[in-house]
Amino acid sequence: MSAEWFVVLSSLLFAVGATGILIRRSPVVILLCLELMLNAGNLALVAFSRMVGNQEGQVFALVVMVVAACEVVVGLGLIVAIFRRKLPLDVDELRELRG
Amino acid sequence: MEEVLFFGAALGALGGAIGVVALRNPFYGVLALIVHLFSLAVLYLLLSSAFVAAAQVVVYAGAVMVLYVFVVAYVGGGGESAWESIPGQRFLAPLLGIAVFVELAIAVLSSSLLALGTDGPDVKPGFGDPAAIGTLLLEKFLVPFEASSILLLIAAVGAVVLAGRRREAA
Repeated sequence: MSAEWFVVLSSLLFAVGATGILIRRSPVVILLCLELMLNAGNLALVAFSRMVGNQEGQVFALVVMVVAACEVVVGLGLIVAIFRRKLPLDVDELRELRG
Repeated sequence: MEEVLFFGAALGALGGAIGVVALRNPFYGVLALIVHLFSLAVLYLLLSSAFVAAAQVVVYAGAVMVLYVFVVAYVGGGGESAWESIPGQRFLAPLLGIAVFVELAIAVLSSSLLALGTDGPDVKPGFGDPAAIGTLLLEKFLVPFEASSILLLIAAVGAVVLAGRRREAA
């Protein structure tokens, strides 16, 4: 399989994740869609790494996985904190920070 | 054989992604994301990067998704209200997503990367195995490796601070 198939698939997955972030209002699902976008980036990194024949892109992909894990931990911590304060889990109703 | 694997895994990844976006119950969304991650691991294996595929299954589909399942079970999967704060959001957002895809595809396919249409160079049997990646991580990328470990530590502390029970807040 040539590399462009993988890259086009990765851009398709990225677009699906971006659409999800725009549509959904539950913070948990928005985090899931963020995962989709990060994984699409990872797929592109690994595909380019194979295309060039250089393993350094795979190290980048691993670092992206670490960053994604950190983002999940902090995001889920925020969601648990929101839930504990009996606030609605809906990004359209949590709008105090909007200027 | 390679084409069959690619299209099967691509269908799985795409179906999982659409499931995450479309399913109302967040619990089913997490399950769809697990399907997506496993399909991506198959794609990584096709790209001869075995260690990334293993890390994807163990770290992502294993550990991170368990965290998601716990939190979804804790906060409960309530359905979202049908109220739209932006008029026409449900129609505009997919249009914008399609626009993003078309733009990215044009940018990729019209780029002058000559190797994009090829299978890439022939690689040695050890390409992407744990030994090679470990050597890279501990020699060339030692500073990013340590920085990411510090980042993980900060994230863990931050999660405890954010989600921990506070006495004065009760």
